[in-house]
Amino acid sequence: MKSRSQDHSLSESTELDRSYDPLTGNPPYRATKRTIKERFLKLLPCYHSGSSPSLNQSNVSDDAELLAVRYRPEGLEHLMGQTSFSKKELQVLYRGFKNECPSGAVNEETFKSIYSQFFPQGDTSMYAHFLFVAFDTHNSGSVNFEDFVLSLSIILRGSITEKLNWTFNLYDLNKDGCITREEMTDIIQSIYDMMGTYTYPCMRDSAPRDHVEQFFQKMDKNKDGVVTIEEFLETCQKDENIMQSMHMFDNVI
Amino acid sequence: MAAGVAAWLPFARAAAIGWMPVANLPMPVAPTQKNKRQDELIILNVSGRRFQTWKNTLDRYPDTLLGSSEKEFFYNEETKEYFFDRDPDVFRSVLNFYRTGKLHYPRYECISSYDEELAFFGIVPEIIGDCCYEEYKDRKRENAERLMDDQEDNKDAKLPNMTFRETMWRAFENPHTSTMALVFYYVTGFFIAVSVITNVVETVPCGSGLNKKEVPCGERYTVAFFCMDTACVMIFTVEYLMRLFAAPSRYRFMRSVMSIIDVVAILPYYIGLVMTDNEDVSGAFVTLRVFRVFRIFKFSRHSQGLRILGYTLKSCASELGFLLFSLTMAIIIFATVMFYAEKGSSSSKFTSIPASFWYTIVTMTTLGYGDMVPKTIAGKIFGSICSLSGVLVIALPVPVIVSNFSRIYHQNQRADKRRAQKVQKARLARIRISKTGSSNAFLHSKRNGLFNEALELTGSTEEEKQLSKSTSLLESQHHHLLTCLEKTTNHEFVDEQYYQQSYLEAGLHNYPSRSPSLSSQEGVTGTCCTRRSKKHHSPLPNSSDPAHMQPLTHAHQQGLQELSTIHIQPLSTSRSSLNMRMDEPAPLNCQASQITTAIISIPTPPVTTPEGDAHLPAAPTHQNVVKVSAL
Repeated sequence: MKSRSQDHSLSESTELDRSYDPLTGNPPYRATKRTIKERFLKLLPCYHSGSSPSLNQSNVSDDAELLAVRYRPEGLEHLMGQTSFSKKELQVLYRGFKNECPSGAVNEETFKSIYSQFFPQGDTSMYAHFLFVAFDTHNSGSVNFEDFVLSLSIILRGSITEKLNWTFNLYDLNKDGCITREEMTDIIQSIYDMMGTYTYPCMRDSAPRDHVEQFFQKMDKNKDGVVTIEEFLETCQKDENIMQSMHMFDNVI
Repeated sequence: MAAGVAAWLPFARAAAIGWMPVANLPMPVAPTQKNKRQDELIILNVSGRRFQTWKNTLDRYPDTLLGSSEKEFFYNEETKEYFFDRDPDVFRSVLNFYRTGKLHYPRYECISSYDEELAFFGIVPEIIGDCCYEEYKDRKRENAERLMDDQEDNKDAKLPNMTFRETMWRAFENPHTSTMALVFYYVTGFFIAVSVITNVVETVPCGSGLNKKEVPCGERYTVAFFCMDTACVMIFTVEYLMRLFAAPSRYRFMRSVMSIIDVVAILPYYIGLVMTDNEDVSGAFVTLRVFRVFRIFKFSRHSQGLRILGYTLKSCASELGFLLFSLTMAIIIFATVMFYAEKGSSSSKFTSIPASFWYTIVTMTTLGYGDMVPKTIAGKIFGSICSLSGVLVIALPVPVIVSNFSRIYHQNQRADKRRAQKVQKARLARIRISKTGSSNAFLHSKRNGLFNEALELTGSTEEEKQLSKSTSLLESQHHHLLTCLEKTTNHEFVDEQYYQQSYLEAGLHNYPSRSPSLSSQEGVTGTCCTRRSKKHHSPLPNSSDPAHMQPLTHAHQQGLQELSTIHIQPLSTSRSSLNMRMDEPAPLNCQASQITTAIISIPTPPVTTPEGDAHLPAAPTHQNVVKVSAL
């Protein structure tokens, strides 16, 4: 028994104040208090049984159970039909996917943590969140392998129009068909966040805003403050830089 | 790079599509696989047990044996497999490291064999995962201590060139070193025993004296006892003086506990010698003789158990203090209660609360002399409660002291365990290093890669060999991804050091020669081949610090001239594209497969402008940036 721990227990009087259970170190088991209170309250005529906390807990554990359920994707043939990947490519992709997410579906936290490993210097959480929303086409809160591979197929093997459509979908955060200045600011801010603090030249606070201005000047043809899908497609297809960048994805896999 | 998620790199690269419409600069060329072959299975035969894995898995860590070309040394042509004559059980952990990115330490494995295997396969043990790291460090420390103990046992051989004083001190400290020391050890022990027995026997009444009264032996055989006492004190004095002489640090020796005990043991005799004639202080003198009993403590030099006991009591001081404190509290409470309970009864011994203390102590320690007993009923009730609580209060801290003793006893041969702070500090440093490692790798390879390209163009080979460490395809793709991000945001990744330097300089230096166009541009991406880094073989001037470029330019004129001779056709267009402002996306006719080298002049007067660029507009001359980049 080190003197350190000795002093620790002597100075704390929390067990006397019943704010902490000395046996387990946890706050006293609240359920017993509540059941006693509940028993008392039941006697009162105005008591109505709402959802007791114990039920909430079982809900939470049920969710955990659901997440632990194995999710299996459709067969290779089916996926090959839906996407434009070859069999070998799908195999490689699935192996990597399953390695990180043994349960077969990735939730947003895992998604963010995986993506952040590629950018050690910056904060990738916002951009990863936008990506997750874009990948999760069913809004189910998790991305299974089919969603994953479908989106990848569009990005890597789709036509230019499909790629641009997907990108527009990524930018359009509320999915209303047009990109507003606020949405674009969020997106660009998240991209700049990925750079981190140690950049050259020093990151100014106005840099994202300026970038948004440039983007809107370029894209917003009718100057109505939002960028619609037609404006976006039109401008991008005319821009050689962007066209050339789109071809960069041809040999990613 | 996070090799564990290497398989997700295609996803990360695909996610970069979100940057494309936003970026205003052209993206760099993506690295392609030179020979696009399918991923192949590799067979690793480790002492007969065959492991198979994908080649890409092993390539994740190119600076280990299996990830680099070093494994070719172990390739067996006939069986088309890699044969390693090592332990297959440990190899399991090694291979799992490649697969999962986490290195685990199996508990049943011997620490030194594990270390050897890791060293063989070129894996640094620091990357052991958090789950196993504590165990690994503990085992390693135990092993180191065991080695140290073994070494210490051999150290007792007599070293030559020890002075007489050092020899004496070693003899005193460790009686097994020589026969003389052993003799001395037993002689002093004998005399301590004799002295103690003399003190005891002195007080025993032996025989009757002249007037039928029992006299203690001390008074009967005064001379004999006096002689015995003198002899013992002589020996002790000589021993003390010898120890004092031999001690390496006399001051420290004199302050030590044992020497104080020695002094206290022999002092009464000398004081007695001095004060025999004075009758007034003979009473005090008698009291002083009590201190002779301290000679028994001199035995602690002879017994290790005694020393451990003393050390235990010292280390359990807090528990003992707690025991004392709680006892005092209980004594006061019960004494008060007993006093008031017994106040009513007649001829009660409980005359005051301090008088009741004695009763409480005797009862709580379950002694129960019986000289004070309660008579009233209330008194008896409280008395029984007192004795019960006494048992509890005393029984609780005692096992703690006992376990302390046993722990110290077993730990007696070992050094103390390292404090948690040191381990924690080392781990934090480790985590920090691994975090900065991947970003540093990118910056490093950026510098290397660009410089490489430049040198390739100039045709110099010796430094090229030095720098061209082949990065794996995975790494080059990852770096390409990071470069795309840089291009999108028009900023660059730098390391912390450089950032702080440039930040400092931005505050310190004025750039009067800078054109407004430069300052308004978001990021003149001044990726010079070498930043303000510690590389010494960089002849190219630094872009970040124009004020310092003056002295450099002349010296590096030559280097710049060399570069200027590389004249590739798209030079002008790429340069102008870099010069352009943000809101003029000029079309870029940079073909994907060409290496374009852009050279921009440095701030000194056009003398340093590369000669071949005569057809370029004059605007670039007040660019303060020198850039050699392979786009």
